[in-house]
Amino acid sequence: MLYALKIASRYLTASKAQTALLVLGVAVGVFIFIFMSALIGGLAEFILSRTAGDISHVTIEAEEIDPVLLLALPGEVLLAQETASETADLREAAGFIPLIEALPEVRAVSPQITGAGFLRRGTKVAQVTVTGLEAGRESAILNLDSYMVEGDARLRSGAVLLGRTLVDDMGLALGQTVVLQSADGVEVALTLTGIYQIGTGGGPDRRMAYVSLPTARTLFAMPQGLSRIEIKLFDLYAADAVTLRVEGLTGLPATSWTEDGAQLLEALKAQAQTGYFLKTFAMITIIIGVASALLLSTYRRRPEIGIMRAMGASRLFVVGVFVTQGALIGVLGGLSGAVLGYLALLPFPTRDAFRSGTLPMDITQGSYGLAITLTVIGAILASILPARAAARVDPVTAIGQ
Amino acid sequence: MSLLTVTDLVKTFGEGDTATRVLRGLNLTLEKGQMAALLGPSGSGKSTLLTILGTLMQPTSGAHVMLGVDLTTATDAEQTAFRNRHIGFVFQFHNLLPDFTALENVIFPTAIREGRETAAARRRGADLLTRMGLAERIDYPSTNLSGGQKQRVAVARALMNAPELVLADEPTGNLDRASALQVMELIGQINRDEGTTFLISTHDEKIAATCTRQIIVGDGQVTG
Ligand SMILES: Nc1ncnc2c1ncn2[C@@H]1O[C@H](COP(=O)(O)OP(=O)(O)OP(=O)(O)O)[C@@H](O)[C@H]1O
Ligand SMILES: [Mg+2]
Repeated sequence: MLYALKIASRYLTASKAQTALLVLGVAVGVFIFIFMSALIGGLAEFILSRTAGDISHVTIEAEEIDPVLLLALPGEVLLAQETASETADLREAAGFIPLIEALPEVRAVSPQITGAGFLRRGTKVAQVTVTGLEAGRESAILNLDSYMVEGDARLRSGAVLLGRTLVDDMGLALGQTVVLQSADGVEVALTLTGIYQIGTGGGPDRRMAYVSLPTARTLFAMPQGLSRIEIKLFDLYAADAVTLRVEGLTGLPATSWTEDGAQLLEALKAQAQTGYFLKTFAMITIIIGVASALLLSTYRRRPEIGIMRAMGASRLFVVGVFVTQGALIGVLGGLSGAVLGYLALLPFPTRDAFRSGTLPMDITQGSYGLAITLTVIGAILASILPARAAARVDPVTAIGQ
Repeated sequence: MSLLTVTDLVKTFGEGDTATRVLRGLNLTLEKGQMAALLGPSGSGKSTLLTILGTLMQPTSGAHVMLGVDLTTATDAEQTAFRNRHIGFVFQFHNLLPDFTALENVIFPTAIREGRETAAARRRGADLLTRMGLAERIDYPSTNLSGGQKQRVAVARALMNAPELVLADEPTGNLDRASALQVMELIGQINRDEGTTFLISTHDEKIAATCTRQIIVGDGQVTG
């Protein structure tokens, strides 16, 4: 087969311009393939980091206590609304944290106590959702650290972190004291040690207050237990499996982010499917291009094929010459397309620096190896038809005496 | 023992009303070391006979035995291997591979058999080209050679695997008299020195006269 390789490469170098065009065509197909992979992968990464990257992937939460039916009159139902302050607690949950942390899929665990409260400064009052976080794990789930605009995210005891909007609304400044009152009526005075800005105004920047876990215990009168454990995973697609394991391990009710994120996952899947579709078309284009070019070449070289057959070249050898040409075109086109794709992706920001407004191209998700492998396989498949046509050439009519 | 025997060879092209019976029970025996000219009017079946003898085409019926091997029943792969080893060809047109040098063309039959171009094959190829008076043209691209030079390269290639039989279909048909005689002279030398058997079809009486035997085909049979 070494000799078939020699003849194949000679055929390709004999008509350089034609071969260069063919390789270029294949390279463009590979380029599109890689570009699509990087774009779809980058988009998914971008969307996930913007949505699922900053949330708990598996959450252990005490089951909500069903509202108690107090009185049922004909046509009228009266329910007793559970007050938010009567936070359901996970009494033994803290003991499971080392167990959960030991799971290989788990990146971070954050035990939390949450509840509702009022923030007061002078005459100004604001309703807030209070979250007690363990000192040292402030940024375990939501990366608070990265959103700080003043002060820092460290939750010392007696400290509170508030959002930019709320701070402005209340006319607060870093270092000042505010009073936080829980719905139970417990009051604590806290020092504003950090201001964060997550969004552009509403939501978390207006309604959240982060305090240390001991402060939250005092506020909500929970000397022990937790209201929730948030778990972040390395691979957020493993959430469903890890949820089952955590439930099995702890006997506590856990939910996966996919329960609420099903729509997001659907959208990502649809997006990936569009990507597959386009990539398949890129491959089909490559195969058609290579097949037609080689078919033309077998026709042009009929007399030569006849001579080779007369000199004792077997049909298999002729097949080898043309399949090798296909493989060479695939390797050359695949490699140059991959290099082109990589170079074209270099100017785009890395996945950690994606900004809205630019294409979130992820250079690490170019599927270069897959692109090259599929191209070589595709080019070889494309050469089978021309190779068979070449092997069937009748030496007598081809030499045309 | 004779080198080659064909008996009752029939070749019919097409079927039914349009069928053309080109060979009609042709008998021929070639002895080792013969240098035979194949003569006959145009359309008499000379090329047809040569392609059948070269295993490039199957006869409609009849026996074809060479070196004790029954070639009518051999498979395509067996025939391919057989002609690589035992038969050399020189055609009138389309003889050389255009993208290869003179030497690469000459050693093709050996490279096919050995799977690569060996140094020994290159030495023998260069020797043969030198004997053909082409020492200066060994590494020339074949397309840059003159018609006579191309035919001499083709003769060198036909001899590359030291075959017992060389079939040549009007090898000098495209050449001027001087080149034609030069090619025949070289063929004659090889025939005398190495005992290679040649069967050469030609329309040229002078070329035929340089051969040791004349075979005349007419009406699909050997007539003389
Ligand atoms: N593939 C084919 N199909 C049909 N008829 C054919 C075919 N090949 C040859 N013939 C016919 O067979 C006859 C013999 O042809 P062939 O080429 O053997 O003659 P030839 O003796 O070599 O002639 P020339 O001296 O002109 O080369 C011709 O009448 C030709 O038309
Ligand atoms: Mg003829």
